[in-house]
Order: sequence, then C-alpha cells, then structure tokens
Amino acid sequence: MKKIINKPEDVVDEMLDGLVFTSASLIRRLPGTNVILRKQKSEGKVAVVSGGGSGHEPTHAGFVGSGMLAAAVCGPVFTSPTPDQIAAAIKEANQGAGVLLVIKNYSGDIMNFEMAEDLASMDHIEVKHIVVDDDIAVEDSTYTAGKRGVAGTILVHKMMGAAAEAGLSLNELKDLGDQVISSIKTIGVALSAGTVPESGKPGFVLKDNEMEYGVGIHGEPGYRREPIKSSKEIAKELTDKLRDAFKWNASDRYAILVNGLGATPLMEQYIFANDVSEILTKDKIELPFRKVGSYMTSLDMAGISLTLFHLKQDQWLDWLNVPVETTAW
Amino acid sequence: MLTVENTIKWLDLFADKVAAEKDYLSELDQAIGDGDHGANMSRGTAAMKEALGKQNFGTVQDVLKTAAMSLLSKIGGASGPLYGSALIGMAKEAGNADTDLTSIVQAGADGIQKRGKAEPGDKTMVDVWLTVLHALKEGKLTDAVIDQAVQATAPLKAKKGRASYLGDRSVGHIDPGAMSSGYLFKCLIAGGIL
Ligand SMILES: Nc1ncnc2c1ncn2[C@@H]1O[C@H](COP(=O)(O)OP(=O)(O)O)[C@@H](O)[C@H]1O
Ligand SMILES: [Mg+2]
Repeated sequence: MKKIINKPEDVVDEMLDGLVFTSASLIRRLPGTNVILRKQKSEGKVAVVSGGGSGHEPTHAGFVGSGMLAAAVCGPVFTSPTPDQIAAAIKEANQGAGVLLVIKNYSGDIMNFEMAEDLASMDHIEVKHIVVDDDIAVEDSTYTAGKRGVAGTILVHKMMGAAAEAGLSLNELKDLGDQVISSIKTIGVALSAGTVPESGKPGFVLKDNEMEYGVGIHGEPGYRREPIKSSKEIAKELTDKLRDAFKWNASDRYAILVNGLGATPLMEQYIFANDVSEILTKDKIELPFRKVGSYMTSLDMAGISLTLFHLKQDQWLDWLNVPVETTAW
Repeated sequence: MLTVENTIKWLDLFADKVAAEKDYLSELDQAIGDGDHGANMSRGTAAMKEALGKQNFGTVQDVLKTAAMSLLSKIGGASGPLYGSALIGMAKEAGNADTDLTSIVQAGADGIQKRGKAEPGDKTMVDVWLTVLHALKEGKLTDAVIDQAVQATAPLKAKKGRASYLGDRSVGHIDPGAMSSGYLFKCLIAGGIL
C-alpha cells in the first residue's frame, strides 16, 4: 500500500479537518463528532442530511453548503456512521421544519440511520428518510438487500437541497425524493480495486488486462469480467444496460453524470463522455444537464460509472441548475 | 442467572476473544462482504470493555445498557445496530425481576430480528442466536452446539446484508456475524456462567 496518510486509523478524522480548512467559510465540524455542518442556516426550511461510510470523497461532506446538504455524517472508511453521530447531526442541522435523511441502500446504513431516527423522535424532531438505490448492476428482489446506492446519490442531494431551499415541506420533499430516485439509474465498470487504509490490501484483484462491469463503490462484485475494451465498447455496454432499464424514446430529456471512481483521470472520463454522447445522440435523447468528474469515488478504484436521470418535469432541471455554495458540486 | 460480576466477566471475555480473532473475522468478511467485520467488532468491544471497567454497576441492566451504547456508537456497519439492538433488548429484559439467561437471550434475538428482519436460514448471526436459544431452552448449550451452528451457515445462500449481493457465490463461506456471535456464546461457557 502506498498512500499519503499518517496512521490508517486517523484518516477520517484528519481528512475532515483538512476539508474544513479548505472550505472554512462554508462549513464547520460539530466538535467531538464526524459531522460536517453548513455555516449558513436556512431557518424554517427542511434540513437535508446525508452520510455514509467515508472513502467516497467528495461525497458526502463536499456537498454540504447553501442550497444543498445541511449536514453530512462521515463514517469510518466504507462503514456506516453510528446512530449517535447521525442523531447529533439531525439535532444540530434541524432548522425548525424537520429533517430529511438521504440514505444509500446498504443494510448497515439503513439500520444505523433508522436507529438515529428513533433517537431523534425522542427529541421531538420530525425526521423522514429516502433510500437511494440507483445501481442497476444488481437485481432488486425480495431475496437480496436490493439495489445499491451509488453515484446517482449526488443528483439526489442536489435535487433535495434545491427543493428544500424552495420551501417544500418534509412530506413533499419525501414524495419528490421517491419520484426522483426512481428516475435515476447508474451502471459502472472497474479496472482495479481501491485499497482501504486499515486493511492495506486491494478489495479485489483484477488481472492487468481485465475489467469488471457492475462493481459496487465498496468493491462489491459486479456482473461480468472480461478483457479490457475500448472506451467506445464500454460506452456501448453501459448505455445498452441503461436503455434496457429506462426504455427511453426519442426526445426524452435526461441529465447525465459521468463519474470517475477515484483513480481514473479526467482525460479518460472526457473520452468516455464523448463516446456516450455519440450513442445517446443517435438515440435522439436530449441531455440538457451534463456533469463529468470524480464525485462518488471508491478510494483509489480505477473505473467509471454512468448515471442517467430522466427529467420528467421542467422544474427538476431548474433545481439541478440552481447555483449552490459547496466544496464540490 | 446473570449477576453484575459475571455479566461483566462474560462481556470482557468476549472483547478479548474478538481482539484475538480480529483478523480472522475480517478474513471471513473479505470472502463474502467488505472485509471489515473484525475491525468493526474489535473497535466496538474494546470500547465496551473500557466503559465496563470505568464505573461501578448496581444492576445487570446497567451493565448491558452501557455495553449496548458502546457497541452502538463504536461498531458501525450492519453489525453495530444489530449487536446494539440485541443488548438493548437484553437490558430491557434484565430489568424485569427474576429473569433467567434464556429469556435475556430471547430478548436479544428478538432485538436483532426486529432491526434486521432476517429469518433463520438467511445466513446471518440470527442463525446462531436462534440455535443457541433453542439449546439454552433444552439445557443443552455446549461448545459443539455453537460450533455446529456457526459452521451450518457455510452451505447457505445469503439473503440479508452485503453477502446477499453475491447470490450463489456466498455459498461455501461461513458468515462472519455468525462467527462473532458464536464467540459471544462460547464466552458464556468459558466464563462458567451457564
Ligand atoms: N439484516 C441482517 N440481520 C441480521 N444480521 C445481519 C443483517 N445484515 C447483516 N448481518 C450480519 O452482519 C454481518 C456483517 O457485519 P459487518 O461486516 O460488521 O457490517 P457490514 O456488512 O456493514 O460491513 C454479517 O455477517 C451478518 O451476520
Ligand atoms: Mg463488513
């Protein structure tokens, strides 16, 4: 393992202090916790709070700021934060109109956030949650923990933050969140695994010439391994999957997010985005919102994910476009 | 019957066992999960042992409650809320007069199932808890029964937690949470509490 760190057990703590140093005008750290809060409160508006394991930077704390998240709870690397920390974030972030939790669909996250909800209800704070499950690599069935939450989560953060700022009530936000989540799908490919500092070893091993479709952001196994292909061929595989899932028609409007998983340079992300754009142009899909960059990473995993968000209402596009003040959007 | 002293002894033994087997638990989790179960459990049980050593306790309920809060706030992952819910359930049950070990373990298993919604056979820690509970009721809890319950998770296909993403590929591996729960109950025997 080769990393610019000090002690592996200190990575989250030190990273959060570094993040606050970077964006000191926007955010602060709740003392004694791994909770990042925005400095500018929006009194009377619902507070949107997200979180999960660390190692996905700039998610989640990079999206704390005006117009987006009110707080982010940062767990250990790839491990959900605990209920006491989430409850502290809920209490501190509340602006008097209740709190909406954005949870990614992992058993650990769901259970910890639900326990925090129980704790917060004892403080008489109204809390609701939405669960992001955009990864179409795994089947959703009653026999599994369901689809995972991946890069589409950042679009959910943006939508919820903008809608909360626009004054939607907690119930309205929850309904909107459920609709938005069912309109977002993501599929990715990995070229090599990330290495969790405390374990020191890559989460899985791919041969030099191999790639794996559908790998999760914690290195969960995907659906197929094969020899590495060209960007054009990867773009075809991933857009084929998304086309199957969405069943789109010409002139449908989508937001597109090409997301680097940590170790893939922007050059490759742009090349891939170019290939995807060619395919989607042929399908006559409209893409009024486009974003390329490493937003939901998996430590130093090499690879890319492609997210599409079906913009079923004009209002949704407006909410994606409202300017925000955050470290990372 | 649990007493303040033997409950603390039980949980301390559990913390020592988890610390000793940290790497092995993570190895099991590497095969069908994300490789952190040992790190999660040792972080939580070390904090629990420290908290239990720091104060004097008047009741078994206080011991279990303190243990629950340490585990809840330090383990994280899926196993944090599950062990936390188990011990909160056990603490509540210990509050009732003349409760025996069996009903306390029953309350723990109920806590886990209420939180995680896993059924027997889903290849989780629930499989061990329910087998142990059954053996306790019959007065037949032994190391061999526990080992067997842990090993019996290997041929199962995971239906809950991260391992369920693997589908059929989860078959043939012992469930890490089942293993750590096995340690918990083996410490009950090792501590002479049964
Ligand atoms: N819904 C559930 N019900 C009961 N036990 C579960 C459930 N989900 C996961 N587990 C247990 O948790 C263990 C994994 O714990 P751990 O690795 O610490 O958390 P994570 O899966 O979040 O990384 C599994 O081996 C399994 O025994
Ligand atoms: Mg794990």
